[in-house]
Amino acid sequence: MPKDTGIGAATVRREDVRFLTGTGEYTDDIQLAKQTYAVFARSTVAHGTIKSIDTSAASAMPGVLAVFTGEDFVEVGGNPAGWLINSRDGEPMKEPKRPVLAHGKVRHVGDAYAAVIAETVEQARDAVEAIEADIDELPAVVDMNDALSGSNFVHNEIETNQCFDWGWIEDNREATDNAIKNAHHVTTLELVNNRLVPNAMEPRASIGSYKASTGEYTLHTTSQNPHLTRLLISAFVLGIPENMLTVIAPDVGGGFGSKIYHYGEEALVLAAAKKLGRPVKWTADRTESFLTDAHGRDHVTKIELALDADGKFLAFRTDTKANVGAYLSNFSTATPTFLHGTLMAGNYTVPLVYVNVKAVFTNTAPVDAYRGAGRPEATYSIERVIDKAARELSMDPIELRRKNFVKPDQYPFASAAGLEYDSGNYDALMDKMEEVADVAGFETRRKASEAKGLLRGFGVNAYIEACGIAPSNLVGVLGSRVGLYDAATVRVNATGNLSVMVGAHSHGQGHETAFPQVVAEMLGIDPGVIDIVHGDTSKIPFGMGTYGSRSLAVCGSAVVRATEKIINKAKKIAGHMLEASEHDITLSDGVFSVSGTDKSVTFGEVALKAYIPHEYPLEDIEPGLEETAFYDPANFTYPSGAYACEVEVDPETGKVRVDRMTAVDDFGNIINPMIVTGQVHGGLAQGIGQALVENTTYDENGQLLSASYMDYTMPRADDMPMFAVDHNQGTPCTHNPLGVKGCGEAGAIGSPPTVVNAVIDALQSGGKNVTHIDMPVSPARVWDAMQNAE
Amino acid sequence: MYDFDVEKPGTIAEAATAMGVEDAQALGGGQTLIPTLKQRLASPSKLVSLSSVAEMQGITKEGDTLRIGGATTHAAVAADGSYPALSALASNIGDPAVRNRGTIAGSLANNDPAACYPAAALASGATIITNTREIAADDYFQGMFDTALDEGEIITAVKFPIPQAANYQKFVQPASRFALVGVFVAKLADGVRVAVTGASNEGVFRWTEAEGALSTDFSASALDGLSVSPDNMITDLHGSATYRAHLVKVMTGRAVTAAS
Repeated sequence: MPKDTGIGAATVRREDVRFLTGTGEYTDDIQLAKQTYAVFARSTVAHGTIKSIDTSAASAMPGVLAVFTGEDFVEVGGNPAGWLINSRDGEPMKEPKRPVLAHGKVRHVGDAYAAVIAETVEQARDAVEAIEADIDELPAVVDMNDALSGSNFVHNEIETNQCFDWGWIEDNREATDNAIKNAHHVTTLELVNNRLVPNAMEPRASIGSYKASTGEYTLHTTSQNPHLTRLLISAFVLGIPENMLTVIAPDVGGGFGSKIYHYGEEALVLAAAKKLGRPVKWTADRTESFLTDAHGRDHVTKIELALDADGKFLAFRTDTKANVGAYLSNFSTATPTFLHGTLMAGNYTVPLVYVNVKAVFTNTAPVDAYRGAGRPEATYSIERVIDKAARELSMDPIELRRKNFVKPDQYPFASAAGLEYDSGNYDALMDKMEEVADVAGFETRRKASEAKGLLRGFGVNAYIEACGIAPSNLVGVLGSRVGLYDAATVRVNATGNLSVMVGAHSHGQGHETAFPQVVAEMLGIDPGVIDIVHGDTSKIPFGMGTYGSRSLAVCGSAVVRATEKIINKAKKIAGHMLEASEHDITLSDGVFSVSGTDKSVTFGEVALKAYIPHEYPLEDIEPGLEETAFYDPANFTYPSGAYACEVEVDPETGKVRVDRMTAVDDFGNIINPMIVTGQVHGGLAQGIGQALVENTTYDENGQLLSASYMDYTMPRADDMPMFAVDHNQGTPCTHNPLGVKGCGEAGAIGSPPTVVNAVIDALQSGGKNVTHIDMPVSPARVWDAMQNAE
Repeated sequence: MYDFDVEKPGTIAEAATAMGVEDAQALGGGQTLIPTLKQRLASPSKLVSLSSVAEMQGITKEGDTLRIGGATTHAAVAADGSYPALSALASNIGDPAVRNRGTIAGSLANNDPAACYPAAALASGATIITNTREIAADDYFQGMFDTALDEGEIITAVKFPIPQAANYQKFVQPASRFALVGVFVAKLADGVRVAVTGASNEGVFRWTEAEGALSTDFSASALDGLSVSPDNMITDLHGSATYRAHLVKVMTGRAVTAAS
């Protein structure tokens, strides 16, 4: 029986009322008194030496209040990388300074080298055009192989363009090499994980303001993690004392990772606000979003899979070049390493894994975590090479995977890539997938497609990912410079309603609905009296924000812990009111009762008593009912899934149409199945987008060719089939109080290899010996592959 | 945007006068021009909006000829149905917002090499009517974004002969959903015309070899021995010249089959 409230209820998202009626308040909607506007001068060349910047004409233009250049920020700090990676030889990674505004050189198209503050946006734009920048164009470093072997350097002091050369697990390198050398069969695949532009619907925007009388700064900004942004600005970039800087991320229209990071524009508007004594607003236009939001993926990988004669996996070995772009974005060094290499054992009992990742600077926009962040790259490599192996060995791709799955009795399972999987049941997921996807009916559907002159293919995938980022102790050992706990404060007001202040930030995830379901379930009260507060560092406890499908697993666990404290204290108050020991008090359906009696008080009565403490044992209980908890997870969580895709390929044009898409996921326990379904749908759309249509292309001069929606293809509703999703096969996470695993990225992780596997299957069924096509599997690429296979 | 003046004439004569100043720019539905202005890629002195010119509105059928006012939106053409292949084409331009604003004259005046209407006009043997003259489609399209229009000349209407059979097949460029290759086939009393958009560096063109074959035998198999040269075809992010040349033949065949 579906519930209509609390944990497990498909409660309608309360935040949608404002989002769907146009009453959300996004950063650009906020108008502060005496607000001014910033527009940035951005490099039109990918690489160049700044000889001089003459701002005199711009400064004299109507409405112009100030012009800034990189010179103005040489004394302040740089925007740091949050994760230290050491190379195989023990050398720390190269960390060039990432300045607020480019200084000395510009390093990618869109790199900001100056900013104008004016009374209006149009005046600021006019003045930007009047800035005379003398920039000597240098040869652009675009291709990663050229970067590593060439003589042009993105950062003059890094004469290899290499950030690091990382090995994982380095101690297994020789054993892995030997296993591959001696194996019965080795399948090799070279592939590209295509670079993506995040394309949040709301572009980045920031408003800096400053109160001279108190020295307080406020930054309204499009952030997934306002406390982290405050920390970076305070501790590293501008040195503003943390207690003098409030960061507010109001409604945010999507992030997908791109709004995790601190960007120079945020520092600029704060510095400018102080100089002018007036608020300074900047809102990116769509071109700026394409040019300067941190991009995703961009790996070039060779993967080898060694198998024995029975099809048992013996080793995975991968060699990856990861593009980090022109500067290190905050998590850019973690994404291709510890969010990627550690997943390279997949769902499998493979005994050996060795991953080598070389991170490469290029004259392109910075690359960082994007929905899935490293795990899609790992999954794509693993699941594509397994598919190829199955074909080479004439084995059924589902059976080959099953043969190597970790089995339910093996948990906790120490993977060959260094993680400890706590729970899962991959065979059960595969069973369910075969049922939901109607695998048995595939041949009939194939014949029907063939009768229309189309090729039909079936693709399958099994994935595992690491969410609930992350156990601070573990990630600290692995190089993280921050802890990855989260925090929640539960404030019970005197009249019995609640405010829950959370460190996680909701920018589409539905926290305002899901978190109250948890608290309501625990207290036995109506979720309608519980309000979620997030996004404002002056109101919420220090939390690490939202990414890595961590909100529920980490911040939700903090909510549970804080609510437990509330219950404990409320029992004390109830015990006092009922003249009983707190140990004899039970809480059920919002009523505190003395066990074995008919004496009880309601939650509301206890709340009132907490704030009107007449006849109160002040020596035993403090007034008030408000508790804070920080939660640091013991381990990652490990969502997993079995996906299936069927495509139809038009052999005349190469056009691929996804006809069926099935996603069976283990997210552990489910708080709100409707929100989970929505998250999976969104992830699938982005994953299918990556597989079929999305691509970011720079030319050899570092110009972004796909810099608008005229050339960058976003997946659209009519590219999608109806999705079949199931998340009823969950095995609860064993180490967090809710037993939840996280669902925000799964669809984007599981779907790309599934789609590509299906396309390859379709082409093979048409007699074309095509073994791989790089994403996006566009009509032209499919057609080319078919021509070359003839 | 840079600053500009706006004028909204009520008649063709007033519009022609308004266009008489230097750097004046006619504004149809603005579906290309407005984004261009927002990007600061154009700086006209004055926009002359044609949406209030009553003489340029509406669709009239006179015998086997369809006359479409220049300011008629794609949505209106899509809804008309007198020339089914043309209405089908219009119904698949852009998205609803584009179709409700964009106009036929705007599209033809811009002559985007991947736009749909140029293929229809050229294949149908349409006549472009301006405030000063009538121009046969064969003379009108002069290459990518280039037309026979003089400075300040305004397309006031387009006359389409309604063919015996016609069909347009668009293989979309996935991002813009303009034509990666679009082929309009029209079977007229005096023969078959085939116009191709999206494919060539020269803009819309007629595939005369196919026209000859199809005029003899209006079936897809008539194309069997033919091939399209990739010389001068567009190569870009979405497909090579060779791929486009291949698609021209595929789409022509499909258009013929659909029209038959």
